[in-house]
Amino acid sequence: MDGLVTKAGGWLGLALLAFVMAALAVDAPFSAHMIIVALACLAMLWATISRADYGALARGVLKMPANQGVYDDDPIRWGVIATLFWGIAGMAAGLYIALQLAFPALNLNLEYTTFGRLRPLHTSAVIFAFGGNALIATSFYVVQRTCRARLAFPNLARFVFWGYQLFIVLAATGYLMGVTEAKEYAEPEWYVDLWLTIVWVAYLTVFVGTIVKRREPHIYVANWFYLSFIVTIAMLHIVNNLSIPASFLGSKSYAAFAGVQDALTQWWYGHNAVGFFLTAGFLAMMYYFVPKQAERPVYSYRLSIIHFWSLIFLYIWAGPHHLHYTALPDWAQTLGMVFSVILWMPSWGGMINGLMTLNGAWDKIRTDPIIRMMVMALAFYGMSTFEGPMMSIKWVNSMSHYTDWTIGHVHSGALGWNGMITFACVYYLVPRLWGRQRLYSLRMVNWHFWLATVGIVFYAASMWVAGIMQGLMWREYGADGYLVYSFAESVAAMHPMYLIRAAGGAMYLAGFLIMIVNVWATLAGRVRTEKPMTETPYNAAADRPLVPVPAE
Amino acid sequence: MATKSDKGFSHKKVERNVTLLGALALLTVTIGGIVEIAPLFWIDNTVEKVEGMRPYTPLELAGRNIYMREGCYTCHSQMIRPFRDEVERYGHYSLAAESMYDHPFQWGSKRTGPDLARVGGRYSDEWHKAHLIDPRSVVPESIMPPYAFLAERELQTGDMANDLTALYRVGVPYTKADIEKANDDIRAQADPAAGAGDLQKRYPKAQVRDFDGDPGRVTEMDALIAYLQMLGTLVDVDKAAPQERPGETEAAR
Repeated sequence: MDGLVTKAGGWLGLALLAFVMAALAVDAPFSAHMIIVALACLAMLWATISRADYGALARGVLKMPANQGVYDDDPIRWGVIATLFWGIAGMAAGLYIALQLAFPALNLNLEYTTFGRLRPLHTSAVIFAFGGNALIATSFYVVQRTCRARLAFPNLARFVFWGYQLFIVLAATGYLMGVTEAKEYAEPEWYVDLWLTIVWVAYLTVFVGTIVKRREPHIYVANWFYLSFIVTIAMLHIVNNLSIPASFLGSKSYAAFAGVQDALTQWWYGHNAVGFFLTAGFLAMMYYFVPKQAERPVYSYRLSIIHFWSLIFLYIWAGPHHLHYTALPDWAQTLGMVFSVILWMPSWGGMINGLMTLNGAWDKIRTDPIIRMMVMALAFYGMSTFEGPMMSIKWVNSMSHYTDWTIGHVHSGALGWNGMITFACVYYLVPRLWGRQRLYSLRMVNWHFWLATVGIVFYAASMWVAGIMQGLMWREYGADGYLVYSFAESVAAMHPMYLIRAAGGAMYLAGFLIMIVNVWATLAGRVRTEKPMTETPYNAAADRPLVPVPAE
Repeated sequence: MATKSDKGFSHKKVERNVTLLGALALLTVTIGGIVEIAPLFWIDNTVEKVEGMRPYTPLELAGRNIYMREGCYTCHSQMIRPFRDEVERYGHYSLAAESMYDHPFQWGSKRTGPDLARVGGRYSDEWHKAHLIDPRSVVPESIMPPYAFLAERELQTGDMANDLTALYRVGVPYTKADIEKANDDIRAQADPAAGAGDLQKRYPKAQVRDFDGDPGRVTEMDALIAYLQMLGTLVDVDKAAPQERPGETEAAR
């Protein structure tokens, strides 16, 4: 009983502290954020009191130990639902801002709905909320299975999940209110950064703790990737977000570094958010779920060792390719370019290892839409990890930089690789986590696959054309030796491309909505009666032994 | 097993020991950053000294904070590359020193709209105000969001001395007088009637006037236009071009 009182009192105290900070805040957004924190504490207080087993407490019995014979999957189930929820939110925001570029009236003349505030909302929601929840959920799933051990520190694992959701809510509401550090993909302000640091250390603790108590002698390759992702993101996050707040009761802070140094620190962070969050982490998903779904072992153990170490070593160097021809010293630019081109090799090592895992099971591409999604994800991974090194060559970059080609490149990776592999993993997880016989419908997975694939093609193709067009229009000289186009003319020329891009994004989102229906129905325990994806032919006439006929 | 354990070092050791695996992974990922980023802090010619650079006035800083708050960096770059077309379109290519007091930098990564590194003095205050309130009233092709609310809203910065102090702590050379007068300097710069005092002595080339055509009060529009009008105006770029060859002052290709 004492423990319950202490816990409830603690939450109440934290809530009161947050209310006091809200009252003393020097700016309104900080005040709003402290109220959100206070409400979160009150929700925890309510959960603590209402969920307590008073009968057991009265009898002086401690909480029943959880069933040690099954994996600890509750945070994973929540994580799967959070992944889908934030995914829809983030992609809807993306479609909306894509339409804003075609129809600026959609900015609605409101400060909260301008492109400038919604764009960080979109990028953070899809990368950190959708991708982050997928990574946390799958890592907790994979680390338990490959270690044959339950999660270490189950309460801390629950703190990781809910703490991460609070981080997302604070970051997202902050963007709408204009609270931002104005560094791409590192926009949350100092106090939200501090909170994420705490959550991330807890995440590392749970993950490493589970590996430590493993029942398998070896640490499976997927866990190497998860571990390097968690460790590296911690390093990048802390260094890039070093800043001094103007007031400890206000949201505004000033970055520790300035100008050139800040620029390279930012893109060291920014490129490796791609390299470790969106690549190493998702490769970890690939290394577990592709062999599982294909029922084949990983193609090459040796290749996985080589490509793991070379990938994490090389990625870190590639940041300066975001700063070609800027005021960054030339030696750093060239170094960044060289390493970016070399990076092509370990990237394709991962793609090859994933694709070749299907050796002996290639027929499943025809019969299993989940395998099809995984293969398409790996194909897009290979495509964008070729495109990236190409765009990092200074000569190409002189034209592609600042244009929508970059946006197209990012989305072929994000929609094609991260999105597709996440969808495939969720489709794999849902029936297993909720104990269903199978998904509600495999044919709907197939629809999802095709809508997403065609959507990406529209998206990427329109942005390639748009980017090259912008690059060429900006540098076009007439016979008279003057620039041919004003900047405004290049904006006007983009209109049809923005429309095609929005159409592609809408198709991708439509596929995702089909997934939501499918998962929803699966959770409800329904199974759609539908024609199977393939019929194995059966010829009764041929199905008999050959009777030896004696020679005459 | 693919690795041979008789060779002294085997990968088997690494994949059976999570401490070793984690430590090696961390070591591997720190090398690139140390080699690439750390030297920028001590190689002297990373930021070549130029004349004219000074910290932002409090009003410009407030405008810059609005620029960041509204996410202007998502569509506008502030980094002119040394290409003929960019130099002719936007002005002299950007120098490292021009962002030496930018915490954080705002070079941007995308030009949905044009570069703004040298937008200062290119348009009138009236144009900026009209453009920010309704971009399509002056540029029909524009897809920029409207920012009419800036003109209606009083500039509220809190105690600006805190902001200058924070910047001082990260290395911006504000003087004691700058920090003490931070709040007064805002009004002094945006309201000619208030008297500029020694503002322009402490902040050379600071532009003192009513920026938004609303002399009664200091609005967010005042601050943002003050910031935009100073961008790229501090450094005499023709003087500060030590690495260019003589006779090739413009359009270094």
